[in-house]
Amino acid sequence: MPTTDTLSNELEPVTIENPVAGIDQTKGDFQYDVTYEFDAGTGLTEKTVDYISAVKKEAPWIREFRQNALKVFRAKPMPTHWATKDLENINFDKIRYYLASGQKPKRTWDEVPDDIKRTFERLGIPEQERKYLAGVEAQFDSEAAYSNIKDIVAKQGVIFVNSTEGLREHPEIFRKFFGKVIPTGDNKFSALNSAVFSGGSFIYVPPGVKVAQPLQAYFRINAENFGQFERTLIIADEGSEVTYMEGCTAPKFSTSTLHSAVVELVALKGAKIQYITVQNWANNVFNLVTKRGVAHEEAEIKWIDCNIGSRLTMKYPGVVLKGRKARGEVISIALANDGQHQDTGAKMIHAADETTSNIVAKSISVGQGRSTYRGVVHIPKHLKGCKNNTECDALLINTNSRTDTYPAITVRGDRNYVQHEASVSKVNEEMIFYMQQRGLTEGQAMSLAVNGFVNDLARQFPMEYSVELKRLIDLEMEGSVG
Amino acid sequence: MSSLVIQDLHVAIGEKEIVKGLSLTINSGEVHAIMGPNGTGKSTLAKVIAGHPDYTVTGGDVLLDGASILEKEADERARAGIFLAFQYPSEIPGVSIANFLRAAQQARMAEGEELDASAYYKRLYAKMDMLKIDRKFTSRSVNEGFSGGEKKRCEILQMAMLEPKFALMDETDSGLDIDALRIVSEGVNTLKGPNLGVLMITHYQRLLNYIVPDFVHVMYDGRIVKSGDKSLALELESKGYDWVKKELVTA
Repeated sequence: MPTTDTLSNELEPVTIENPVAGIDQTKGDFQYDVTYEFDAGTGLTEKTVDYISAVKKEAPWIREFRQNALKVFRAKPMPTHWATKDLENINFDKIRYYLASGQKPKRTWDEVPDDIKRTFERLGIPEQERKYLAGVEAQFDSEAAYSNIKDIVAKQGVIFVNSTEGLREHPEIFRKFFGKVIPTGDNKFSALNSAVFSGGSFIYVPPGVKVAQPLQAYFRINAENFGQFERTLIIADEGSEVTYMEGCTAPKFSTSTLHSAVVELVALKGAKIQYITVQNWANNVFNLVTKRGVAHEEAEIKWIDCNIGSRLTMKYPGVVLKGRKARGEVISIALANDGQHQDTGAKMIHAADETTSNIVAKSISVGQGRSTYRGVVHIPKHLKGCKNNTECDALLINTNSRTDTYPAITVRGDRNYVQHEASVSKVNEEMIFYMQQRGLTEGQAMSLAVNGFVNDLARQFPMEYSVELKRLIDLEMEGSVG
Repeated sequence: MSSLVIQDLHVAIGEKEIVKGLSLTINSGEVHAIMGPNGTGKSTLAKVIAGHPDYTVTGGDVLLDGASILEKEADERARAGIFLAFQYPSEIPGVSIANFLRAAQQARMAEGEELDASAYYKRLYAKMDMLKIDRKFTSRSVNEGFSGGEKKRCEILQMAMLEPKFALMDETDSGLDIDALRIVSEGVNTLKGPNLGVLMITHYQRLLNYIVPDFVHVMYDGRIVKSGDKSLALELESKGYDWVKKELVTA
């Protein structure tokens, strides 16, 4: 007879008896005083950009790149003709663009200054690293405080450092791909990031190397009125495979905080990149992130994106399917609670024959929360054998919730195949009563309904992240019952 | 030994009174059947006892072991031992039966206390064996795409796991063919015993061929108008509900 444990695993792969200590919103809502050695001050001018570049001892071309980006940022209007007017409430003159306690991340936790270390210990990062990660980078405001990769992975030739170090130590790889997937002028916020970027990860995986465990970055905003602008570049060389996970938190401040990252992925022939985000921002954070990957021949890029928290998130991970038989996928979960707007989606640009893309977006709107799906699928006329599947499902809880779907699917030619499905469902009173009649409180019932709604997606996540997602949903739903 | 006492209960939806002074006492170990024509308030009675938010109690009381439950939320009543087997159970997409029951068990435990997963599955499988339910069943989403018979079996399985003091069975026979009816009835008969009181609400006598009641009550226009033993059900079957109406008029 099989043991009961085995049976329970077969039946319920997602359920875990004792969830590992993940992050939750109460856990993220704290702040320790930190003395910053480097501070670019408040507001954004050429001097701010020069300061950041000088502190990082950058090559002249990078400084020029930054200064040029600042010009582009200033020239570009806010995208408020299609996006929410709430963007106009960002006051760029009141933000601090660079805050760091040191320039070089530590390789062991013992070396990390105590005031920063205790933050990450409280968030459980060192513990997770020991348990299941191949490498960790922990960014505190503008710079990585800690960065380490396990020996076994480093010996395979895998590079995993922060972007500053990547530019300094590996310019020959970095420069070749940097800013190529997402050019400075892509949008106003990619330009802003290009001017003041700091931190983020640089990853290179050599041909044929399959990194067995995930690499993880953790982004922590600690300071008030601060902007975090990490820049991540991941290159998976031919036939290689890598999974990258990022988590993010910030304490709750009365003023708003800006997080504006740029993430570029390059999957060369036959390579696979899986990029997983579980963000849990405090509800004063403007989260405006540009994420895109290029998939070459037979390569695969998969974005798994869970957006919980923040005041406004605008994020549409994309894949440019550049080589024949390339595959792109976006799996997205967004939960908009009271006072929050999740404006998320996906972009799939087919640029070669027989490329396939898959988008599954699920959003949950609670109370006054608002969620918006925006998608772009582009298949030009001259291509053949391309396929796209798009599914957008929205779940509404309480009558004031709002959800909008803007799918823009452009398919030309008659040799391609596209499928689009959308649904809106409500957690109705009868369902809640049914669950309450079995002994669950109203909050537990709603939480279970939401977890059920995202269950088919959560099953695709690594175990630790699906547990964390469940915990975050539980907390959001418990708090939403009056 | 527990008791569920309904005292002169009056219930309304909005302005409309549906239950008009109903009294009934059910003790552990007893099986009561309430029969009556459509629209007389049978299902309302079951939902009100379970705490459905759509109904307003305008008079009377419902006591579980001597204490009123009317001020309690539906989930508190459930945890106190009231189980409603729904006529139309809700679908919960993406939530497996095993996970749902596990959440229901967890909700019955003190804060900070964790359910022992292996003991839980052991118990679940034992109950499923007892009810002759296939093991694959509990990995399906609750009621999603279930046939009428599967939905009712799912209700019986939940009842077996949650071990209520009183089970209110709302039209358990509706939508079932003879085979499904027999299987579900066997389930209820298996769960019957000295620690469980059952209130069966049914329109037809045929269910009572399978689950034999100790008491039969006829409900009409929001009240119980006639009570007796199982022979009353047979009499109703042969004479029809008109017979009760006529008797009422003559009385």
